[in-house]
Amino acid sequence: MALKLPQNSLLGSQSDSQRTLYPYVTGTSVVALKYKDRILMAADMGGQQLALGSIDLKPFSYVHMRYKSVERMKPIGKHSLLGASGEISDFQEILRYLNELILYDNMWDDGNSLGPKEVHNYLTRVMYNRRNKFNPLWNSLVLGGVKNGNKYLGTVSMIGVNFKDNHVATGFGNHLAQPILRQEWHENLSFEDGVKLLEKCMRVLLYCDRSAVNKLQIAKITEEGVTIHQPYSLKTYWEFSTFENPAQGAIGSW
Amino acid sequence: MFRNQYDTDVTTWSPAGRLFQVEYAMEAVKQGSAAIGLRSKTHVVLGCVNKANSELSSHQKKIFKVDDHIGVAIAGLTADGRVLSRYMRNECINYSFTYESPLPVGRLVVQLADKAQVCTQRSWKRPYGVGLLVAGLDESGAHLYYNCPSGNYFEYQAFAIGSRSQAAKTYLERRFESFRDTTRDNLVKDALMAIRETLQGETLKSSVCTVAVVGVGEPFHVLDQGTVQQMIDAFEIVAEQEGPAAEPDVDSGQEASAEPEPEQGAAAGEGVAPMDI
Repeated sequence: MALKLPQNSLLGSQSDSQRTLYPYVTGTSVVALKYKDRILMAADMGGQQLALGSIDLKPFSYVHMRYKSVERMKPIGKHSLLGASGEISDFQEILRYLNELILYDNMWDDGNSLGPKEVHNYLTRVMYNRRNKFNPLWNSLVLGGVKNGNKYLGTVSMIGVNFKDNHVATGFGNHLAQPILRQEWHENLSFEDGVKLLEKCMRVLLYCDRSAVNKLQIAKITEEGVTIHQPYSLKTYWEFSTFENPAQGAIGSW
Repeated sequence: MFRNQYDTDVTTWSPAGRLFQVEYAMEAVKQGSAAIGLRSKTHVVLGCVNKANSELSSHQKKIFKVDDHIGVAIAGLTADGRVLSRYMRNECINYSFTYESPLPVGRLVVQLADKAQVCTQRSWKRPYGVGLLVAGLDESGAHLYYNCPSGNYFEYQAFAIGSRSQAAKTYLERRFESFRDTTRDNLVKDALMAIRETLQGETLKSSVCTVAVVGVGEPFHVLDQGTVQQMIDAFEIVAEQEGPAAEPDVDSGQEASAEPEPEQGAAAGEGVAPMDI
């Protein structure tokens, strides 16, 4: 039976159905890095939906559906780009908040504008606030941007952990992509080298992350603005001898 | 200004289209002791005349730090000024907390002006009786604004408010073209000279004035009395000195040609309206 909290419980709102317990439609890793005077970000276009069993209302963790054209990176204002992994509907909610924020910022019409640092900190406040209410926005966000020649790259998690770095990743990207970036990232990457590095990371994620989809987008943020390139696929190689008979060396019946 | 039948409520228009209560509020500003502000491309200086009630008391605080990059000098009802400073500090701190970035001065000034406007359109309120010179720094450079009780605000290169501010304004009008590119120290010197103009004959000493600076790489702070007195002495500003009418030289310190005058015992509180205290 689903846990029913008494009405006057201190643990958040009235009943469980109003609190986020688990995400339904999720996107996987986002990887981003600084290069020269700009930022590059990559994310695949996959979203996968969790199936639900009807007994006990507990989720079964098998994939029910895959969406293949989910845009998980969006430009924010003039200077920033936001990439998200995790619950897609929460990402859309965040985009609504940010839309309103940028709208009011533009309405001042006074030559000042919110830069990536301000947006990053605003998001941190929002995520942390929701976490405190036990109703998190189930996302890991990457916020990158360039303003007045200064590049900025930061990340916020669903519990409000935030920091800035030269290269960041969410989810599986932290385990699979970051080690590559730590080895091979350096201060003066060119655009081509940056893309090659990101593709290397995305390829590893494609091979090893079961929720990855072979359709990725690369986004570039410069002083002039944000460009999100058309989606494309990575070449993969499946003819490795180990793949041909994967169970060859395994002991046991499966 | 004479009493008339349209001046009882702030929500009553006169047939000539004036709101007398708002205009009376601006009178209160004119009665307060002087405050001046001037800016260059990189710095803004605020100065004010501080007259103590009696020898026994301390002076009114008229310059407030609002944030590291914003400060304000007031003239008029200082209690109203204090309350508005608290509002400004609050706004700055909330913005800093959310965005980790300093609140742009222009936005704070508009919020302040909107707050003042509310009081000109509610029958149960009265306008704030204080004029504010807001000095601040943001991405677009150094700024000096004047906020009126009427809810208007203006940006200035240099301005003076309060009693005998016209003398200071005349001085500033003569000199303002040189302010943009001048050095920080020269800017402070100009501020002191403008304050001297409002004293109308009294000796300029650090005990009667307060000076504050904000600039690139320099958070807003009030200069301490020792520093101010040193600057006054260094520029050799003398009470009865005839200021050179033609080109004042910006770079070199002014040579005082007059001999030091005997100390003039200016009556304390002369020309200062009760509302200033």
